[in-house]
Amino acid sequence: MKVKYFAWVRERVGKSEETVEPPANVRTVDDLIGWLSRRGEAYAHAFETPRVIRAAIDHAHVKPDAVIAGAREIAFFPPMTGG
Amino acid sequence: MTANVTVRVQEADFDVGAEISALAGGRTDIGAVVSFSGICRGREGEESIAALTLEHYPGMAEAEIAWHAETAMSRWPLSGIAVVHRVGRIAPGENIVLVLTASQHRQAAFAAAEFLMDYLKANAPFWKRLEGGQGPDWVAARDHDDDAAARWTKS
Repeated sequence: MKVKYFAWVRERVGKSEETVEPPANVRTVDDLIGWLSRRGEAYAHAFETPRVIRAAIDHAHVKPDAVIAGAREIAFFPPMTGG
Repeated sequence: MTANVTVRVQEADFDVGAEISALAGGRTDIGAVVSFSGICRGREGEESIAALTLEHYPGMAEAEIAWHAETAMSRWPLSGIAVVHRVGRIAPGENIVLVLTASQHRQAAFAAAEFLMDYLKANAPFWKRLEGGQGPDWVAARDHDDDAAARWTKS
């Protein structure tokens, strides 16, 4: 699946998108955050406060317990500040 | 998308008068157009602002704004909506966002414009980075924007 990062999450991870293949036991958005966090210091820094991280699956906002199976694109970003 | 709903995310500035003409020009059934412009301030509290840089989630941002515009069209008796949101670097005094709502009467137009702006402030996938005296930094989300957006989902 494709993972996208925006704003300071993107800056901390150091890339705007990548393709990942997490193992089957990574079931939810929360699991994916944990799995990504263990990939290195940059990820750990980006996801160090998981409660402030927002997520979207295929362009729809989702909660941390959302199941990621079948997702084409998952995005992580800080709280929105548009308008 | 319903006829007369326009949603654009763009780097270029917009002309409020031209957008109103495009939305309501030549029509005699529209009695009210509410126009909200969000403009970049040159100061935030004690800190002066050199510029804002806006980033968005392409695809999701446009689709979500369009969905909220459609929601507004079905919730209030509206004749049309235009939402234009800029991205990229924006200097103080420049436009950031435009919401236009047209209706036969003002109440629906005011309410729908406020609904759309509350959504854009709290839940649309845009992020502002501020260039100020302390160097560039991402703008923090505000609880009062979340509260303003949440009131539209209360019964």
